[in-house]
Amino acid sequence: MQQPSYWRRTGTLVLIALCLLLAGCSSALMDPKGVVGETQRSLILSSFGLMLIVVIPVIVMTIVFGWYYRRSNTMAEYLPDWAHSNWIEAIVWLVPVVIVAILGVITWKSSHDLDPHRALESDVAELEIQVVALDWKWLFIYPEQGIATVNEVAFPVDTPVRFRVSSGSVMNSFFIPQLGSQIYAMAGMDNDVHLLANEIGTYNGRSTNYSGAGFSGMVFDAHVTSDADFDAWVAEVAQSPDTLTYPEGYSELAERSTFHPVEYFSDVTPEFYERLVSSFHTGSDPDTDTQDAPRAPAVDSNEAYQTTDNQADGEAEDGQTVSNEAGE
Amino acid sequence: MFGKLTLEAIPYHEPILVIAGLVGILGGAALLGALTYFRKWGWLWNEWFTSVDHKKLGIMYFIVALIMLLRGFADALMMRVQQAIAAGGSAGILPPDHYDQIFTAHGVIMIFFVAMPMVIGLMNLVVPLQIGARDVAFPFLNNLSFWLFAVSALLINISLFVGEFATTGWLAYAPLSGIEYSPGVGVDYWIWALQISGIGTTLTGINFFVTILKMRTKGMTLFRMPIFTWTSLCANVLIIASFPILTATIAMLTLDRYLGMNFFTNDMGGNVMMYVNLIWAWGHPEVYILILPAFGVFSEVIATFARKRLFGYHTMVWATIAITVLSFIVWLHHFFTMGAGANVNAFFGIMTMIIAIPTGVKVFNWLFTIFRGRLELTSPVLWTLGFIITFTIGGMTGVMLALPAANFVLHNSLFVIAHFHNVIVGGVVFGMMAGLTYWFPKAFGFKLDEKWGKRSFWCWIIGFYVAFMPLYVLSFYGAARRMNSYPNAEWQPWFIVALIGALLIAAGIACTLIQFYVSVRNRDKYADVTGDPWDGRTLEWATSSPPAFYNFARLPVVGDIDSFWSQKQRGNEQLDDAPYTDIHMPRNTVAGPIISVFAMIFGFAMVWHIWWLAGFSAIGMLVSFLMRVSNDDIDYYVPAAEVERIERAHQQRVEAQA
Amino acid sequence: MATESLHHDAHADEHEHHDAGPTKVFGFWVYLMSDLVIFGTLFATYAVLMKGTAGGPTGADIFELPLILFGTFALLISSFTFGMGVLAMNANRVGQVKMWLGITFVLGLMFLGMEIYEFHHLIHEGFGPDRSAFLSAFFTLVGTHGLHVTFGMIWILVMLVQLSTKGLNDKTRPRILCLSLFWHFLDIVWICVFSFVYLMGVLV
Repeated sequence: MQQPSYWRRTGTLVLIALCLLLAGCSSALMDPKGVVGETQRSLILSSFGLMLIVVIPVIVMTIVFGWYYRRSNTMAEYLPDWAHSNWIEAIVWLVPVVIVAILGVITWKSSHDLDPHRALESDVAELEIQVVALDWKWLFIYPEQGIATVNEVAFPVDTPVRFRVSSGSVMNSFFIPQLGSQIYAMAGMDNDVHLLANEIGTYNGRSTNYSGAGFSGMVFDAHVTSDADFDAWVAEVAQSPDTLTYPEGYSELAERSTFHPVEYFSDVTPEFYERLVSSFHTGSDPDTDTQDAPRAPAVDSNEAYQTTDNQADGEAEDGQTVSNEAGE
Repeated sequence: MFGKLTLEAIPYHEPILVIAGLVGILGGAALLGALTYFRKWGWLWNEWFTSVDHKKLGIMYFIVALIMLLRGFADALMMRVQQAIAAGGSAGILPPDHYDQIFTAHGVIMIFFVAMPMVIGLMNLVVPLQIGARDVAFPFLNNLSFWLFAVSALLINISLFVGEFATTGWLAYAPLSGIEYSPGVGVDYWIWALQISGIGTTLTGINFFVTILKMRTKGMTLFRMPIFTWTSLCANVLIIASFPILTATIAMLTLDRYLGMNFFTNDMGGNVMMYVNLIWAWGHPEVYILILPAFGVFSEVIATFARKRLFGYHTMVWATIAITVLSFIVWLHHFFTMGAGANVNAFFGIMTMIIAIPTGVKVFNWLFTIFRGRLELTSPVLWTLGFIITFTIGGMTGVMLALPAANFVLHNSLFVIAHFHNVIVGGVVFGMMAGLTYWFPKAFGFKLDEKWGKRSFWCWIIGFYVAFMPLYVLSFYGAARRMNSYPNAEWQPWFIVALIGALLIAAGIACTLIQFYVSVRNRDKYADVTGDPWDGRTLEWATSSPPAFYNFARLPVVGDIDSFWSQKQRGNEQLDDAPYTDIHMPRNTVAGPIISVFAMIFGFAMVWHIWWLAGFSAIGMLVSFLMRVSNDDIDYYVPAAEVERIERAHQQRVEAQA
Repeated sequence: MATESLHHDAHADEHEHHDAGPTKVFGFWVYLMSDLVIFGTLFATYAVLMKGTAGGPTGADIFELPLILFGTFALLISSFTFGMGVLAMNANRVGQVKMWLGITFVLGLMFLGMEIYEFHHLIHEGFGPDRSAFLSAFFTLVGTHGLHVTFGMIWILVMLVQLSTKGLNDKTRPRILCLSLFWHFLDIVWICVFSFVYLMGVLV
């Protein structure tokens, strides 16, 4: 008889699975260093726990029913034509409905609380960092400080940061796992994500959206520093002999490169980011008067989406829920 | 003369490809040689290639799918090996360009050329039998659909040796797949392989939709149809409504690449998010096209082997319909991180979770079918039980992904990979393995070897957990999908575990191949002439195995759900002495293979910009299609005497065995 | 084959026929629904990309309504003439069916001529499909419809040949019915194109 070992093995599998999940406890997502990531951790854990209410009974029932009602167990009840029971049907509909209803409320609330476009509440003034995905490196521009860096970003601890994210090439996704939410970087779109780190340290950042041959090298270090260290870091960058101009310096930087080294630029052409974003909004037709004009301000993705929110219930084939041109 | 095609396109400097190429060529030559030596060409052409018999087409779908499974799985193994090595600064064994082709090919092949043909093959084999029909509504189109699929599979394999495949990921997101960022022929292979097979799939959808609605035998009302037929019907509705979106989207990408249009370009007014929206407006229903028929398989298997009526038949049907409808309004959950507003994200998140309700109900219905049953633990049942557990876990991680706020940290990570393998391996693959084992005796007249079937199951399920649980863990460390290498050395052990899991799955596939070999060798021992080896419940078991080409000598009449079962309970006396009548059957067709070969040449010519050849093959397609439609000699009658002779021979075999 | 002679014996039950007339027409109708999804996708794309003119012309700049109106009427009338053809088929008048199909073909040709002129004119002006996303979407939507009309016209020619060689029988009748469905379908799609693309384009 091999059935007993079958069930033992299945049980072992479930145990292994749970151990693996526990093993992830010291990981980036389970050990967040920012307020956004912390909320997301508790969200993941609470939704996981809620669903176990269904998942564990299902696994247990599969094993128990499968074993007890096996062909050879003639002691078990056998009702070949029993195929309907109002109260069982009521329960199997009701339990998932209740759980999904609870999850639905959580979804609605958390989607709004953790909306990447929403500014985080803090007494400290917000820092803006503009992020541009290039083939295959990350460009960070500090408009207030007038500096820029490649593949390295730094910001002070306990300070809300608004990352404005765009791309000079294909689509990427900007993500610092230990701080929380990622957001797509798309050419011609001014996307944004608000993050806040509450512990000093160096965290891995990367693109998570595959963008071509150099994708694996699109990693960067995010340094979360004290206010003083941040000022020192800015001063260090500001001493760099290199500057970044638009469009000349940009087109040089935008050329394809893999595992690009960290670079510092002491000066950046004003409105660099805005000009880059809007450069995709017009054609290459030199006669049009909108060409290269700084769009003031470049479309804020928040506004762009608000206009389309109420179309969310559109039919399947009309994918017009989001249009990056909505503000044009 | 040859467009962009030059000798440079042959990748003779890549050892892996050269070896693969040589194996392919030698294997192909050996096969062709054997066919010639044994003089099997005529047989192959007349009995199989030109056949419009849905059962034979179903078998051919499965054969091609299994071959493509080997190719797709080889890709998976290479990916696992690469990621197990390329840690902490190591570049691994595959350069990015090659690795990127491999993960793209793996996804495309597994979905379009393994999962889809298995599902469609099973539908072909089973649905007409289950509804008591003699064939599908449009037998010629059925043959054409198969060949369009088969030549696209060939086209995708040609890309291995002539040129390159796409390096864009399986959905070829714009603008990466645009001409500016992917100037090579890889994306063009992707385009034409998917376009040609997609049209075949649309035709299949129409064909089976009409078959199920119009060809049911007397007494089979919609709510007496077997669940597999119901889920097939819903899957076909999804095909009809969603594949045209894919066709149009790929066509627009084609126009961007070939005529410099600006649908999905970064500038000139193009909108890359439109591409992502459209491709998922097709892509999400697509996963339900795969999983719904698998749900149907499990329903049949569990009711048959528990020897009990399916619990909550009507609930099952309505749950299937609900999933069908809902699957069209959830597509945005594939890109919450695009930055849509909170309302949009929350709406699509909640819609996605609502799908979990009918799915959960289905799971409980299967469990309560076992409850108070007499479950025989055959290998199809093991696949089913493994499915229930695995799929439930996959469903759970799916709901976690559907929470937009959680999705912001899980998206694009290995969590997504682990989740969809959890549902596709646990759901579709297990379902197809269960269906294959369950209906194999119907197709061939002998059962598959149980011992090797169970070994395959254990390798698969253990291998699955060993391969994919580490990916969940890695996603918590921030590991993205599609990485060619990663700087974090501490991730490596998990990737090595995942590789071991993949090797276990490889052992599972090997067990299945051995199972085929052992079963064919012992086919006399495993033979079943009664046509009803499992004491089945639905009509396909009411006829001989393999069924005569006309399926039923007398069309069955249906009185309730599980009509064949209740008929057996009452004693099988009905209709036995009614006289046979002439049977109207379709003729074989050469048009299907010919049109499809022209379609493949057209695709190849378009990939390489060989315009004269493209024009020639386009005209070839049109002319052969017109010749087909002007031929009125497409059907005939099998005389009653011939039917009687075949049926008598069958009865003699049954009596001889008894 | 000996079974050949049985071919014309109408003795089997209707429901076991393959490709039987009603099933064929129903199947074709289902195909049209899937075709409708293609047009739906193109319409949705057009709606999204309509504003993506990239400094190029907008609809109001390039649409010439009188010309389009002429083509539209040609197509609308062709639907009527095809309807007359089906009526003639029901009355078993092969000659009249051929005549009405011929007239439909000519009207289709006029529509297509209008479209080719329009496309040629636009490309000549420098407003080809590669000029902007708006023009890509416009050319593709209208061109896809035009391609359908072209196939419809090839089909009409095939049916004219078949009517001459085979006359009206249980093979050709369903084909003409399917073709009429196809033709009316194209008419409906065109009305949508006309109102949604041209009229709204000029008004906005």
